[in-house]
Amino acid sequence: MRLLLEIRKELLFSLAIYLLLKVFFINDIFSEYIEQVILYTIIIVVASLGLNIIYGFTGQFSLGHAGFYGLGAYFSAYLTKTFSIESGLLFIFIILLSGAFSAFIAYLIGIPILKFRDDFLAIATLGLGILIRNILDNSDRFIETLGGSRGFVGINSLSGLEIVFFVSLFFILISKNIIYSKYGLFWRTIRDDETASSSIGINTTNIKLLAFVYGCFLAGSAGAMYAHLYTFLHPSNFDFLKSVDFLVIVIVGGMGSISGTIIAGFLWVFIIEGLRILLPPDILELRWVIIPVILIIIMMWKPYGLMIKKKVI
Amino acid sequence: METLSYILQQLINGIQLGAVYALIALGYTMVYGILRMINFAHGDVFMLGAFFGYYLITKLSLPVYLVFLLAMIGTALTAFTIEKIAYRPLRKKSAPNISLLITAVGVSLFIEYFFSLKILFSPDYIAFPRPFEVESYDLKFFVITNIHILIFIATFLSLIGLYFLIYKTRQGKAMRALALDAEMAKLVGIDTERIISFTFMLGGALAGLGGILYAIAYPQINVFMGVMPGIKSFIAAVLGGIGIIHGAVLGGFIIGISEVFVSAFLSSTLRDGFIFLILFIFLLLRPNGLFGKRIEKV
Repeated sequence: MRLLLEIRKELLFSLAIYLLLKVFFINDIFSEYIEQVILYTIIIVVASLGLNIIYGFTGQFSLGHAGFYGLGAYFSAYLTKTFSIESGLLFIFIILLSGAFSAFIAYLIGIPILKFRDDFLAIATLGLGILIRNILDNSDRFIETLGGSRGFVGINSLSGLEIVFFVSLFFILISKNIIYSKYGLFWRTIRDDETASSSIGINTTNIKLLAFVYGCFLAGSAGAMYAHLYTFLHPSNFDFLKSVDFLVIVIVGGMGSISGTIIAGFLWVFIIEGLRILLPPDILELRWVIIPVILIIIMMWKPYGLMIKKKVI
Repeated sequence: METLSYILQQLINGIQLGAVYALIALGYTMVYGILRMINFAHGDVFMLGAFFGYYLITKLSLPVYLVFLLAMIGTALTAFTIEKIAYRPLRKKSAPNISLLITAVGVSLFIEYFFSLKILFSPDYIAFPRPFEVESYDLKFFVITNIHILIFIATFLSLIGLYFLIYKTRQGKAMRALALDAEMAKLVGIDTERIISFTFMLGGALAGLGGILYAIAYPQINVFMGVMPGIKSFIAAVLGGIGIIHGAVLGGFIIGISEVFVSAFLSSTLRDGFIFLILFIFLLLRPNGLFGKRIEKV
C-alpha cells in the first residue's frame, strides 16, 4: 500500500496518458503505423531501462544488450507459436517467462563475464552479442520454426496497447522501486567506486550480477513484446547497431536517470521514424552518418554523459 | 594421405589469414599498450586500405609496390586524423575509458556509413582486381600460390621492420617508455603527443597493408568488410596478451588458423561464434593472454 501511495502521482499521470492513447487508438486518429511506433517506443524504453541499470546505475558497460532482447523475442515467439497462445493473460505470463529466460542466460554468462572491467567487458559483451546473433542466424538447424536467417514468421499479434502499456508501466515502477532500495544504492556505490564498495562489505560480484541479470530480464521482456508487435523476427533486428541504439538512448537520457531514459527513448524513436517519413529513401542512409557524429560530439562535450549531475570518478 | 594434404592445405590458408590478422592486431596492441584504449575504428582503417588499393589499381593503374606504399600512407594519415580529431580532445579532458570507447565506436560507425554513401564507395560488394596473375605451385602435399607467398613475405618483412623500429631506434624507445609509464615519459622529456600520433600512423599503415593483402587473397571488398576482421584481430591481440608485440602476432595466427579449420571441418557459419568461444575461454583461464605477466588489480 505504501508503494502505491508513494507513486500515486506517477500512476495518475500514466493513467491519464493511457486514457489519452486509448481515445486516440479507438477513434483511429493515428494511422496503424503510428500506433505501432508508439507501442514500439514504449518497448524500446523498457529495454533501454535495462541497459541503464547495467551501465548507467552499476557502471558495467555492455555492448551486447540487443542479444538479450533478441533471446527474449525468439523465446516468447517460439512459446506462443508452439502452444498457440492467444489470450492476453497467458501472454503476460509468457512475457515474464521470456524475461526470465534472458535473465537466466545472463546469469550463466554473467558469472564469468562480469569479472572484466571497462574495455574488456565491452569486448566480451560485444562478442556475446555477435555470438547470439550467430546462433539466431543458424537457429533453424536446431529448431525449424525459428527460421534462422530467413526470419521467424507467423507470430500472433498479441502486443496490444493495454498489455504493452501496463506491463511496461509495471516494469518501470518496479525498477524505480529497486533503484531506491538498498540494492539500487549498492549499484550506485559500485559504479562510483568498486574497491570502496567491497571494502565496506558489499558483495560486489553478486550485486553486479544482480544488475546484469535484472537488466537482461527487462531486455528479454521487451523483446517478447516486440516479437508480438511486429509479428516477424529476423536476426538482423538484434545486431550490434541495435545495441548502439540502446546505448545512445542511455547516454542521451543520462546514465542513471529513469525519466531521462523514457524521454530519450521517445525522442530517439521519433527522430528515427520521423527521418524515415521526412527524408526521401536515398538520403535515409545519412541517418547512420549523423548518429555517430552526435555520439562523438556528446562524448567530447560531456565525457561523463548528458544530464549527469556529478562527476563519477 | 588425402586427408593429410587437405589438412596441410587448410593450414597454409589459415596461416595466410592469420598473417593478415596479425598485421591488424599489431595496431590494436600498440595503441592499447600506450593509451589503454581499444581503438574500435581500427578495423575500418583496414577496410580503407583495401579501398585505397582498389582505387589506386583501377583508376591510376600504378605498379604494385606503389599501390602498397600509397595505400599504406593513406591509411596512416587516416589513423592520424582519427586520433587528432576524435581521441585527442577527449584525452585532453582526461575522460574515462568508456567515453573513449564510445567515441571509437562512433568513429567506426561513422566511417562505415559515411563511405557506404552512394556518392562514395557505395554499400555494394565490389570485385577487387588483382594486380598480378595468380600462379599456383603444386608441392605434392599442398598447393601454394604466389598470393600466399606475397602475404608471407610482406608480413615477415613488416614484422622485422617493426621489431627494428621498436627495439633499435630512439622513436621505439620512446614508445616503450610511454607504454611503461606515461607520466614518467613526459617527465623525462618525451613528446608524448607526437609518439601517440606516430603509433597511430604505424598501426594504420600496418592495417592498410593488411587490407590490401586481404583484398588480394579474398578479392571482394565492401565498406563493412573491416568489422569482423577488426574484432577478430582484437581478440588475437587479447589472446597474445594485449600490449605485447609478439603476442599479437602469435594470436593472429592462432585465430586465423582456427577460423579456417572450423570452417573447413565444422561449419562456415559457426566460425565467428567459435572465435568468441575461444575468447571467453581464454579470458577466463588466462585473462592476461599467452605472454601477459602483469596482473592488473585496481
